[in-house]
Amino acid sequence: MKRRGHFGFAGLSALGTAAFLGGCRHVVLFDPKGPIGGAERSVILVAIALMLIVVIPVFVMSFLFARRYRASNAKATYTPKWSYSGKIDLITWLVPVAIVTALGILAWSQTHRLNPYKPINGGIKPVTIEAVSLDWKWLFIYPDHHIASVNELVFPAKVPLSFRITSDTVMTSFFIPQLGSQIYAMAGMQTRLHLMADEPGVYLGQNQQYSGKGFSNMHFEAIAVPEEQFEAWVEKAKQSPEELDLARFEEIAKPSVGYPVTSFSSVEPDLFDSIIRKYRPANVNPGAMSEETGSTHRKSVFREGS
Amino acid sequence: MFGRLSFSAIPYENPVTIGAVAGAMVLGVVILALITYYRKWTYLWTEWLTSLDHKRIGVMYIILALIMLLRGFSDAIMMRSQQALAAGTSQGYLPPGHFDQVFSAHGSIMIIFMAMPFLVGLMNIAVPQQIGARDVAFPFMNSVSFWLTATGALLVMVSLGLGEFSKAGWSGYAPLTERQYSPGTGVDYWMWAFQIAGAGSLMSGINFLVTILKMRAPGMTLMRMPMFVWTTFVTNVLMIFAFPVLTVALALLALDRYLGMHFFTNELGGNMMMYVNLFWIWGHPEVYIVILPAFGIFSEVVATFSGKRLFGYTSLVYATVAIMVLSFSVWVHHFFTMGAGPNVNTFFGITTMMIAVPTGVKTFNWLFTMYRGRIRFTTPMYWTLAFIVTFVIGGMAGVLLSIPPADYVLHNSLFLIAHFHNMLIPGALFGFLAGYAYWFPKAVGFRLNETWGKRAFWAWVVGFYLAFVPLYVLGFMGMPRRMQHYANLAWQPYLVVAAMGAAVIMLGILFQMIQLFVSIRERDANRDLTGDPWDGHTLEWATSSPPAVYNFAKIPVVHDIDAFRDMKEKGVAYRQPDQYRDIEMPKNSAKGLFIGAFAFLFGFGLVWYIWWLAILGALGMLLTVIARGSDDDTDYIIPAAEVERIENQRYRQLSAAMDRRAEGQIAPEPLAQV
Repeated sequence: MKRRGHFGFAGLSALGTAAFLGGCRHVVLFDPKGPIGGAERSVILVAIALMLIVVIPVFVMSFLFARRYRASNAKATYTPKWSYSGKIDLITWLVPVAIVTALGILAWSQTHRLNPYKPINGGIKPVTIEAVSLDWKWLFIYPDHHIASVNELVFPAKVPLSFRITSDTVMTSFFIPQLGSQIYAMAGMQTRLHLMADEPGVYLGQNQQYSGKGFSNMHFEAIAVPEEQFEAWVEKAKQSPEELDLARFEEIAKPSVGYPVTSFSSVEPDLFDSIIRKYRPANVNPGAMSEETGSTHRKSVFREGS
Repeated sequence: MFGRLSFSAIPYENPVTIGAVAGAMVLGVVILALITYYRKWTYLWTEWLTSLDHKRIGVMYIILALIMLLRGFSDAIMMRSQQALAAGTSQGYLPPGHFDQVFSAHGSIMIIFMAMPFLVGLMNIAVPQQIGARDVAFPFMNSVSFWLTATGALLVMVSLGLGEFSKAGWSGYAPLTERQYSPGTGVDYWMWAFQIAGAGSLMSGINFLVTILKMRAPGMTLMRMPMFVWTTFVTNVLMIFAFPVLTVALALLALDRYLGMHFFTNELGGNMMMYVNLFWIWGHPEVYIVILPAFGIFSEVVATFSGKRLFGYTSLVYATVAIMVLSFSVWVHHFFTMGAGPNVNTFFGITTMMIAVPTGVKTFNWLFTMYRGRIRFTTPMYWTLAFIVTFVIGGMAGVLLSIPPADYVLHNSLFLIAHFHNMLIPGALFGFLAGYAYWFPKAVGFRLNETWGKRAFWAWVVGFYLAFVPLYVLGFMGMPRRMQHYANLAWQPYLVVAAMGAAVIMLGILFQMIQLFVSIRERDANRDLTGDPWDGHTLEWATSSPPAVYNFAKIPVVHDIDAFRDMKEKGVAYRQPDQYRDIEMPKNSAKGLFIGAFAFLFGFGLVWYIWWLAILGALGMLLTVIARGSDDDTDYIIPAAEVERIENQRYRQLSAAMDRRAEGQIAPEPLAQV
């Protein structure tokens, strides 16, 4: 996947961003730190620009017509019986149709391009992370490294991330605004998400979907670090006295607010799939997920196993 | 005996709730005492509570809507003030459990118990008169619809003082609403309030659909129906198709909660996404159910006060029907982030943005109705102008959200909140308030005070922008909706501004109350003696204000879209018929009220697991319906002589008003000079 500016609208988006936000770093969606978030910002800006073609005339006409044709202005033309003009009718249908067609093409191409299930091609092997939504905390399992952490997501910058996401409670939504797309976490189901950070930094990660009493506390720090630091962090985690076996998992899964950041030096094998299996014994077949296109995944995720 | 109801259900420990309950109870007692003191019980009972007159039922609907607007707005101002305070380490004044009830109640009330009764009330007042009919097709069912809606509202209000309301949002996503995650009474109150009011809405939809199809005056073809009738017609179709889906979704949820079934649970084959799909198959058309009648009102208002025919009537009709069809094909846009494939998401994205086309057409049609008109800037016209300008901003935000990759970052954020409030406040509420001011003289007999109306308008509009523009920005700042507190201090200034906006809107509501008070006090100066205070185009202005119980002594014959304007131009608008005939009208009936009361017992019994009470309520409803069905004496005759007496009086009043108009004592077109 190419970096931002793919559209050839780079100038426009940069200008737009600078103009109406003044580079405010708190407006995180306009300060993306990864290719997905960057592309999504461009989609937003291009769509707004296209829509202004209709919106601005509406503003202008509202004010002009209201002023000119006020009852006290006797000079203005008054045609009480005039109620149709084929030309105007045609324009009022065709202009919105044209804009919606343009937006539809944009939506088609960008929805396929930014499909959360589509891996980010960078020629680099992605880091796989299994995210489990719990009441009210996030558990991150690193299956390749056999470690896990709660309420802290550490990952290497400039390396694609491949998330498998589920929930061991009600539905939530996994979202790191500055990296881009969110996706629901649902019990008994697995969703996929591919993100990447362009530079090291500490980004806010959060549950975007209200999930009960502790919802407001269900956020975490997503820490992108240089690759060598990530290896160091993994090594450190492996020294942790905490181990994530089933008993420990059950204890973490109990509803709680403000669970402290914890690292685990080992993880029960197959924990992520066993959490899904808990709810859907017949339905776990993550291998059926199409990594390449993402277009066939619905079958495996949403249809009942027989 | 009393299920799970006990004294511990009263939230003693919560001063905010107890204060609200005590306030509501004191107010209730004062009102009851006043009614008793002025000996108005008989009047209230015979003229209002048991009335089957569509105009009376319409007024009661609107009173219910305005009361619930106050309740829903109290919730809004609590949310805004909580979020303005609860930054960093502060927890504000509402703990999570309470805050969650507040936002759940706000959404539920504003949609089901404010917007719905408001629009059904306006339909009741205007539609039969606009089509030249004497009543709706099923006057008794109309009363049942009203009392079921009122019962639902009462259940929500009772949850304030007994037990709790839902903490799972107005949309009640499973599995959070399953018994495992929400064991209390809250979800049950929410569910049964929706079910009971939903049954009422479904019946309203059927009633008005039949009324419009079968009871139009001779000559009124479909393509001569006033625009409000068209939008009402389309809304009724949507109600009939959409509400049963909600009923099913909630019934399945009830089976889960009451009988331990597994439709939407996490385990044993349940699938919560089924609930989400069903909810939005109702929920998205519901948006248009609420907004389309307002579009109709704007169409009437803009044509009347521009002194012109509506521009592009045929286009507007087709645009309305297009919205009706499209509105059932967009529901997945509420959950693009569930992980559906790009083809599915693009399909629903494009159907969604397609709705912008007919909506855009409508906007231009309203603008070209103003073009070369003589615009009188009355309060309803103010609302319409503010709507046009504000609504396109919300529409732009909506189309943005319809593009899946944009939604992936904006979903469930305050941007979404800003977007749909930007649709529903200007798109629906401004329309209802315009309709309220526009038809107030028709329903009540005198005009509302314009000065206070415009003050209210400015407070609403300024407050709206102050309250919701910051929410758009906060969406771009990544703030999720429904946060009881937050750590990010950068969000706070915006939330403080939004809270100030809510305070300005509160002024708007206050001004509206003052407007009503002042207008009643000055009613004699603002009486509408002609029945046509705005120089109207459509048939409701051909009746007196307020109309006789039968609306039209002689059913008019229609030759034009602007039927009444046509009559005025031909000089036949005020021609008194030579003779009158007997008119048959429905008798009063208390059975609608009884059905509502039994529905309350039914709902309350189910909420608290008081099974005998629920059975009693269900049986009571059934027996009342059977009793009504067995009653053959439901109509009465107004003899021709009585009609003649009423009409003679009307024509005397009319000619006196015309004379005064001719002598220049009252302006020929009231409020013409602005």
